[in-house]
Amino acid sequence: MFQHNRLNNEITLYQKIKNLDYILLISVILLSAISVFVMYSTDGGEILFHTKNHLVKLAVFFPLMIFVALFNIKFWHNFSYIIYLLVILLLIYVSFFGIKASGSQRWMDVYLFVLQPSELMKIAIIMCLAKYYHRLKMENVNSFTSITIVLSLIFIPTIFVIAQPDLGTSILIALSGLIILWLGGVKIKYFIYSFITFLISLPFIISFLKPYQKLRILTFLDPDRDPLGAGYQIIQSKIAIGSGGLDGKGFLKGTQSYLDFLPEKHTDFIFTLFSEEFGFIGSVGLLILYSIIIFRIIRIGSISRSNFARLFCFGYAFAIFIYIVVNLSMVLGLLPIVGSPLPIMSYGGSSMLATMIGFGIVLSAKINHKQMIA
Amino acid sequence: MIKSNSGIRKADIINRRMFIIGAAKVVIFAGIVARLFSLQINENKKYLTLSDKNRIREWKLPPTRGDIVDYFGNVIAGNLKVYQLHIIPEQVENFNYLLIRLKNLLNLSEKKITKIIKLKSEIKPWDSIIVSENLSWSQFVKINNYLYDLVGVKPVMTISRNYPFNDVYTHVLGYVSQPNEQDILDNEIIQERFVPGMKIGKLGLEKRLENYLIGMNAIQRYEVNAYGKRINQLEHQKGKQGSRIRLTLDTEIQKACGELLMEKAGSISVMDIYTGDIIAMYSSPSYDPNLFLFGISQDEWQLIRNNPLKPLINKTLSGLYSPGSTIKPIVALSALENNVIDTKFKVKCTGKMELYGQTFHCWKEKGHGWVSLKNAMKQSCDTYFYEVSRLLGVDRLNLTAEKFGLGKKVLGEYFDVEKKGLFPNTKWKKNNLGKGWVLGETLITGIGQGYIQSTPLQLCMMTAQIANGGYAIKPKIIVDSNPISYEDAKQSMESGLLFDSKSESLLDKRLFKDKKNIKIVQEAMFSSTNERFGTSYKSRIDDPKYQFAGKTGTAQVKRISKRERELDLELEQIPYKDRDHALYVAYGPYINPRYALSIIVEHGGSGSKAAAPIAKKLFKLIIDRHDLRNKQSNFERITV
Repeated sequence: MFQHNRLNNEITLYQKIKNLDYILLISVILLSAISVFVMYSTDGGEILFHTKNHLVKLAVFFPLMIFVALFNIKFWHNFSYIIYLLVILLLIYVSFFGIKASGSQRWMDVYLFVLQPSELMKIAIIMCLAKYYHRLKMENVNSFTSITIVLSLIFIPTIFVIAQPDLGTSILIALSGLIILWLGGVKIKYFIYSFITFLISLPFIISFLKPYQKLRILTFLDPDRDPLGAGYQIIQSKIAIGSGGLDGKGFLKGTQSYLDFLPEKHTDFIFTLFSEEFGFIGSVGLLILYSIIIFRIIRIGSISRSNFARLFCFGYAFAIFIYIVVNLSMVLGLLPIVGSPLPIMSYGGSSMLATMIGFGIVLSAKINHKQMIA
Repeated sequence: MIKSNSGIRKADIINRRMFIIGAAKVVIFAGIVARLFSLQINENKKYLTLSDKNRIREWKLPPTRGDIVDYFGNVIAGNLKVYQLHIIPEQVENFNYLLIRLKNLLNLSEKKITKIIKLKSEIKPWDSIIVSENLSWSQFVKINNYLYDLVGVKPVMTISRNYPFNDVYTHVLGYVSQPNEQDILDNEIIQERFVPGMKIGKLGLEKRLENYLIGMNAIQRYEVNAYGKRINQLEHQKGKQGSRIRLTLDTEIQKACGELLMEKAGSISVMDIYTGDIIAMYSSPSYDPNLFLFGISQDEWQLIRNNPLKPLINKTLSGLYSPGSTIKPIVALSALENNVIDTKFKVKCTGKMELYGQTFHCWKEKGHGWVSLKNAMKQSCDTYFYEVSRLLGVDRLNLTAEKFGLGKKVLGEYFDVEKKGLFPNTKWKKNNLGKGWVLGETLITGIGQGYIQSTPLQLCMMTAQIANGGYAIKPKIIVDSNPISYEDAKQSMESGLLFDSKSESLLDKRLFKDKKNIKIVQEAMFSSTNERFGTSYKSRIDDPKYQFAGKTGTAQVKRISKRERELDLELEQIPYKDRDHALYVAYGPYINPRYALSIIVEHGGSGSKAAAPIAKKLFKLIIDRHDLRNKQSNFERITV
């Protein structure tokens, strides 16, 4: 045991760098590069506001990812609860003093950019629950107390985020948390029962939704009922993607986005622009790149000795997957419109910050995959 | 070790659960790829179309109207390049400064400035405001000189209707102007091709032939952004100019008519007696239709509207006049046809005729003595015609008159303003006035007074049908696709039958029972102009090439009181609106006649003094242009 610990502590910076996962790293770099080009296209083929800011953020957050990776995974394990608590505090802060924009209050100004703590919570909830299940004894996994605690840990940030209001992010936080519950070994029947209960109470939940949220669901079910109003985004997005065809309209030639028919093209609908310009081939290529990233994260999780690292990697891989699925389903008209960014690709500092921190912790798990955590 | 074991067991569970999720992930990603495939590959065409629909917008440009030409191909309603000034608000740096500059350069009124400011708030910033529809060349040059200082101003060259002969054709052509809502609603073709700034026919042939003249819009396709702003021009689809329409009118004669009626209210019509082609149709005074193109100013409009000579009325078609003595050829013909009189029949004129205690005066107070038909016509003896119409009766007279076109529209299908006039009979009076016919009314009808009302064009047609030997003609103003030549028309008339191309059958065009009777009337009309004591003897032309036969008429506009009759005032001493209308109908040349005309000078006094001299001046021109016209007959065929 002693030897083992010594070995790990003596790991040099050079060894750390050498032990980074280069497939994951290259994939992330590739994705970042693509995102810059797409952002350049949203600016109409010029380096304007969005492209510049996106570049600056990449320049800051990519080194941050490496920096995070250089910390031992044990450090992240030790600080998981504190980080969770800090983010909860930030959520409380924005719910009182946050910046209001377009009807919701979810941001705070932090010099470099405007921070959205709910994005950070996507990572923090995974860290917190990974640590919880790492420490939990096997026999207690299905105990009433542990499940209640875990559900409360998920419920508290979710409520804050719903109240902002930001349904999309809160669902993603809840899903990220629930996946750890699943991975941790909670009985499958509990999931099945809750799912049935959820379905039964769905009409009841819908009655609690805000009018604009109900409208989104109605619009999703039939976009043509108001083609210039609520259905506009879905219809225009489908037109853009559909007209892209096999090989797309070409870089900087996406008429739908170039002529402003596409709403929110920098953020939630970035994939639409990409798909219009690069077509089916490009879109599938992008999905493959994301799949490689997800696979690499799972792979790192599976070689990790500690269950904290394993749970975090698997949970984070799932979270990334869910972000992609929710975003793509939305722009493809498979799900109602819930604001959710596409990792790395979408313009937005908080989302990129959270994603990069996540990658950093995964890389830290890779570097220290032999590390046992008591 | 136990702890370690449990850690390994936990890892197993986590790995197993991960595997389940991994499988689910693959399925879901496959679903997304399938969706991408269905949108991008299967439905690609549909979405490409939708995308094009989004980005491509069409702009219609105003269509170019077809030209209207006279018989000789001279353009009488054409299109002219005009210079316009547009402002594109989005490109303007300082709107107020620009307005001040333009105000000084173009002398814009305060009202116009307010209008521009109002327009600016109503349109999208990339649309253009038309500041001036018709800049003069010097203004256009000025603007171009200062263009560096006028950011956002666009000098534009476009096409506008133009009437090169100004007021010569106004009553025939009408004019074009901006359509109002009703104009657009009423005509589907206008609705379909309407573009702001486009002008449509408001009156006359411009209105009647709108659907032929209007033309097809040119279409410009632009790529637009989501807000409708034009980004790129994609293609240009050429429009089609409207049909060219050729009229039967002769500009030279039309112009001469205008000059002859200068400063007078009246009308001149000239017609080909065989083909029915209208050679001239002028109503005086006229006005300049070009004034209406860019919106007539209030002052100019009031000037036209308040002119006592009433330029807005098309007197040729909607002016109703008592024909006066110009009806006498028809009265004589009717009496001859009904065997009421013959050439030897004589009446003694004592200057008046008594009937049931009422006195009917001849225009010559001393009387004409014993007069036969020829002398009665020559000197226009009223007493003779009182007696003849008394013997004939109004109903028989009415039948003959209607045969010759009185009381019916001549060109009805082309002009809404045309009136049909009235030739009374006993039944008409009973039905419309509810009273029985009085014999005295027959007498005054016989000299063209009383209920009888006719348009100048009707009198022209009546004369033409006497001149051609008594055959029905169909007057026309537009050269049709299959124009019948003058010779063919004449020949078929002389055989008595006319081939009608529309019904493809031979029609009996004879309006007489005995051709001899027409000849008698023609001779009587000849003597009226060419023999001593004839009412229009002073206006005769002796050269047989131009010699014409005619009949004067003087239509009373009010009953002459006994006192006035005794006073026998000179024309100048009578108030303008109480003066008689002067009329003259004629045809010529007397040998081989070709053209008929009717002249009316409102309140001009006697026909022999005011109307017949005009005919003398006009006939020379008409005959001189005949050969030229004959050569032009097949110059151009246009289908309408």
